[in-house]
Amino acid sequence: MSLNVMIFKLASGMLVSIQIFLMTLIFSLPLGLVVAFGRMSKNKLVQGIVKVYISIMRGTPLMLQLMVVYFGPYFLFDIKVGNSYRILAAFIGFVINYAAYFAEIYRSGIQSMPAGQYEAAQLLGYSKGQTFFKIILPQVIKRILPSVTNEVITLVKDTSLAFTIGVLEMFTVAKALASSQTSMIPFVAAGLFYYVFNLVVAVAMEKIEKKLSYYQ
Amino acid sequence: MNLMEMKHVRKSFGGLEVIKDISVSVGEGEILTIIGPSGSGKSTLLRCATLLETMDSGSLSYLGEKAAWTEGADHGAGDSTGSNGSAGSSNGTAGSIVYAPRQELRKIQQNFGLVFQNFNLFPHFTVLKNIMDAPVSVQKRNKDEVYREAMELLRKMGLEDKADAYPCQLSGGQQQRVAIARALALNPKILFFDEPTSALDPELTGEVLKVIKSLADLHIAMVIVTHEMAFARDISHRVIFMADGVIVEEGTPEQVFASNNERTQNFLGRYGAMLK
Repeated sequence: MSLNVMIFKLASGMLVSIQIFLMTLIFSLPLGLVVAFGRMSKNKLVQGIVKVYISIMRGTPLMLQLMVVYFGPYFLFDIKVGNSYRILAAFIGFVINYAAYFAEIYRSGIQSMPAGQYEAAQLLGYSKGQTFFKIILPQVIKRILPSVTNEVITLVKDTSLAFTIGVLEMFTVAKALASSQTSMIPFVAAGLFYYVFNLVVAVAMEKIEKKLSYYQ
Repeated sequence: MNLMEMKHVRKSFGGLEVIKDISVSVGEGEILTIIGPSGSGKSTLLRCATLLETMDSGSLSYLGEKAAWTEGADHGAGDSTGSNGSAGSSNGTAGSIVYAPRQELRKIQQNFGLVFQNFNLFPHFTVLKNIMDAPVSVQKRNKDEVYREAMELLRKMGLEDKADAYPCQLSGGQQQRVAIARALALNPKILFFDEPTSALDPELTGEVLKVIKSLADLHIAMVIVTHEMAFARDISHRVIFMADGVIVEEGTPEQVFASNNERTQNFLGRYGAMLK
């Protein structure tokens, strides 16, 4: 197999990895906010359910969670799933796992906001929604950005776990190529890919942080 | 008609009674200062009046519109004035407090503004946006009109060149002046100040007090909780001296600062001597 073919195959795996990465962020960031609200809910039942959910997501391996999402429908509910479910299962597994982590990050940010900001908003007549979205959330985002960056970088590397359920992402492809070609090159390429990907993420997040540093 | 009226207000925090049956009213254009030692319940009273804190019992109304009242307890019962320092709940039948529906409260709330001890400006908004945002997005007023008013307010505060600055770029005194402008932009009939200069050094305190004095010409009623005795004496129409959750003394600045009441004299200490 020529190097060109190998690179082509790795590139297609790369696209799948990027896809998992983007889908996870797009859905888990907003979902995390909803989960955070549930976690801080005054309703004890809602709070309890969310607590258990977060506890399971953080307390068990993501690899296991992916397997449950992928094999669960068949073993638990006897539902036959097609091959196309594979990538969907990866999306679902990643989203519900990362939403739990993001929720705790949001919560830490929201709870660190001084009460005075809420009080000032109340006195000025802002509604609860306006207060949250205009006054609180923008400041929360700035506060939690470093923690989010951490999580996003972990996500880049975690996408390789989709390998467990046979999604043809970067790492799956690299491993297959390495054994069939008895070559280290695919692993080197994979490592390089993850590293450069994270470099881009880090630089991008730093840019955003700089952009938000116009106030303290 | 009184702009604000509080009657028989009580408030406890976990068994500790902070406000013991206090009644206060504020008339149109009146400047009322509340003085007293820390922990006497001044700030709590202000926070009850501005709906930041829920009263345990009593009533609160603005321009005759009821914001909160106590069910079952008929006003007029119990002694409303004089010495009621005992923490006993013998007078004021224990009914449960009722607040007006949220919609009503938001309407009533438009009558007053509050200037906080630590400013509470929105750090991610420019000075101008801090002032303009509520009138535009809450009161839905015309943006150009609000802009003109906001710039006028900033001129009055001596901060017209700071319109595009962020709060973190301002001194404490400047921040407090922005906070005053922000409260004024909503055209309140009554403005509360919760120790507006406590977080400031003497120099900055001076500039903020000067601004507050200049507001007296606007004929908005002001209720000021402060530790600045000379300021309280100069600006007030009426002074209330509070201690241990009750009003110890109430009257014109001359009356209160020259009081023979032992508790008042103790508190005023050297201020009293100085002012006499």
